Amino acid sequence: MGKSRRSMLFMPGNNPGMLQDAAILGADSIILDLEDAVSLTEKDSARILVRDAIKTIDYSQVEVVVRVNPLDTEFGPHDVDVIARVKPDTLLIPKANEEEIKLVDKMLDQIEIEEGHTPGSIKLIALIETALGLENVYCVIQASKRMVGVLLGGEDLTSDLGIARTKDGQEIFYARNKVATACRALKVDSIDTPFTDTNDFVGLAKDTAKAKSLGLTGKSAINPRQIEIIHSVFAPTEEELKHALRVLYAMEEAEKEGKGVCSLDGKMIDAPVINRAKTTVELGRSLGLIER
Amino acid sequence: MKTILGRELPEYIDGYGEVKPFQGAFSDGGIKTRKAVKLISVLPSDLKVLGNLEEALDRLNIKDGMTISFHHHLRNGDHVLNMVVEGLAKRGVKDLTVAASSIFPIHEPLVGHIENGVVTGLVSNYISGPVAEAVSKGKLKKPAIMQTHGGRARAIESGDLHIDVAFLAAPTADTYGNINGVYGDAACGTLGYAISDAAYADKTIAITDNLVPFPACPIQISQVFVDYVVQVESIGDPGGIVSGTTKITKDPVALIIAKKAAEVIKASGLVKDGMSFQTGAGGTSLAVAAELRNIMLREGVVGSFASGGVTGQLVEMLEEGLFKTLLDVQCFDLKAINSYRNNSTHQAMSASMYGNPHTKGAVVNCLDIMILGATEIDTEFNVNVTTGSNGVIMGGSGGHSDTAAGSKLSIVVTNLMKSRLPIIKDQVTTITTPGESIDVVVTERGIAVNPRRADLIEKLRNTNLPLVTIDELKTMAEKITGVPKGVQALEKIVAVVEYRDGSVIDVVRQVKDVRSYGRD
Repeated sequence: MGKSRRSMLFMPGNNPGMLQDAAILGADSIILDLEDAVSLTEKDSARILVRDAIKTIDYSQVEVVVRVNPLDTEFGPHDVDVIARVKPDTLLIPKANEEEIKLVDKMLDQIEIEEGHTPGSIKLIALIETALGLENVYCVIQASKRMVGVLLGGEDLTSDLGIARTKDGQEIFYARNKVATACRALKVDSIDTPFTDTNDFVGLAKDTAKAKSLGLTGKSAINPRQIEIIHSVFAPTEEELKHALRVLYAMEEAEKEGKGVCSLDGKMIDAPVINRAKTTVELGRSLGLIER
Repeated sequence: MKTILGRELPEYIDGYGEVKPFQGAFSDGGIKTRKAVKLISVLPSDLKVLGNLEEALDRLNIKDGMTISFHHHLRNGDHVLNMVVEGLAKRGVKDLTVAASSIFPIHEPLVGHIENGVVTGLVSNYISGPVAEAVSKGKLKKPAIMQTHGGRARAIESGDLHIDVAFLAAPTADTYGNINGVYGDAACGTLGYAISDAAYADKTIAITDNLVPFPACPIQISQVFVDYVVQVESIGDPGGIVSGTTKITKDPVALIIAKKAAEVIKASGLVKDGMSFQTGAGGTSLAVAAELRNIMLREGVVGSFASGGVTGQLVEMLEEGLFKTLLDVQCFDLKAINSYRNNSTHQAMSASMYGNPHTKGAVVNCLDIMILGATEIDTEFNVNVTTGSNGVIMGGSGGHSDTAAGSKLSIVVTNLMKSRLPIIKDQVTTITTPGESIDVVVTERGIAVNPRRADLIEKLRNTNLPLVTIDELKTMAEKITGVPKGVQALEKIVAVVEYRDGSVIDVVRQVKDVRSYGRD
């Protein structure tokens, strides 16, 4: 499973070839989609396909997120029931509001008991794409301990707001701010809406930089070719790299001395800090920011 | 009798002759001789231009059992092979061997002539489409002989492949037989595969749809080799000539493979001033070239030459100053044709200069980096590009074996699985190129280096590249796909796969299940 969510790649849940290759495309998370990418007539088969893919394909290098159908449709609860049993890392809940997150949370509690999964192990990300969800985003995040992030859905949101979606994205300025702030406050990830022109890489870089400047922590993608640019925008700063290297050095020194724990600048270094440092250094290396 | 790769071969194959088993990529060096060529002097009063193809075919006096040759620069737009064979069939000629440097789907009418006995032998470097399927079904009387580009030139020049009449598709020809490929409706650029045919055939005829007054400049194939010139309405369809060419892939998996391959190239230490490079025209190969271009630009590297079948992309790299020269045996698109016509550093080469192992040094020997494709690879790094996984012929070496043998670093780029089938196998269905000349296999899920290249393994260990063994790659694929059943083949040998030195590296046997044709 990936260590960060700089990029979350949407992949249709009804395409076996894409499901087979999803893990190697370089995204931090893959979102296997049962909702918009799947027509009404293929909902059942896509659900089975995604279930079997999770069971059989090695996705250990990425976070596996499944976007289920909205809970108020006939497909949504069925998706949760089938998919949760094969233990994806995370479920992405479309048109999220407080009640639905609570409902899914409860369903997952039950399924985890039935399947013997660790309680609370399946995480949730809320897809905020309605005016109501946006205004309540703080409460939505608080609705479950499983919540690890919010993904902003720009297309549906602007549709719900009755306004036009533009490349410039001025119309989602407020939404980005709101989501970013709520997520920072509650220490979960905030993932920006996808940039829909898959051939405009300059525009993608600009749009991603804008999201980053507003405090969003990652961006969703609808084409694998967008991932590299998203990662380069979210690349670590020189300061972050230096700190990460110091963390890893401190950890190595502690290991040499046979210590189980270590500290840096008087602060304890725990597993999440080490994981983040490793991710930062790996990213810095892959981007050529630090020498091998 | 076994090859050095363990393939069991008969000592004698009906319709082919005695078999010289493959004994290693460089086992057949030493002193060689070219065959002597008979000439009939053309006197000042003789005219070479004949009235039409009918008259030409009458004059050439082609008899049962003869070998006629064609070249494939017009690719899937070629009209010449079909019109000549049709003309000979009408004359009642039987038992012909067609030595065409490549055969494409457009040559489907050949199937009928195989069935009616007009054509009983094929010699080619690459066969695809209906003719390939017909051969796989065992319709051809004699086994087809599959050669390499360099191997074909070697065979012609040594006399192993004797051509009675060479038919040269000439985009432009003058009245005395000088030919170029850069002007005319069917302009195709360089004519590298036709040069040995022209020089060593007993008779050579230029067939053109653009007859110009003497002298046609530039002269790519000289009048001194040409007996007759004939004008026809059309030698080829420009749409088919440039078809199959190619843009950089947008397939994300192929782009991952390309990026990894470029990183391997960089880590090898070969990206430096004076470097040389060749790649095919497939989408992934072009993507590797694009990645390499970025590296060269970033590091300010200027290469000596890029070679092979030339695409617009290589032309752009030449024009950007990333390479000083292009060495071109075949132009793949209009940009390459224009470049060859207009740029003196875009140099044509013959197939012999390109890859003939029995010369005083083929261009492939000067290659640093070669990017190759594969249909199958086995755990000994042997590569199949001759047959599909169902055993049906779908291609052939072309320059695969030649460049793999010559280059310092030969990299196979391929998806680990294609159409849900694993590419790495214990044994490939057909060996086209021996594993000893393959250095690296790059897939989207891992990179395997031939254990013979300990030096390269050492260099790649210092990178973040996902280095695995070839067996691990195989296991990885089979974990997803399962282990496919082997090909059910009959005893009959339908094609003999010659290595570039003329030894037999493998044979193709008739496939059992004909229903799977074309659906692999």
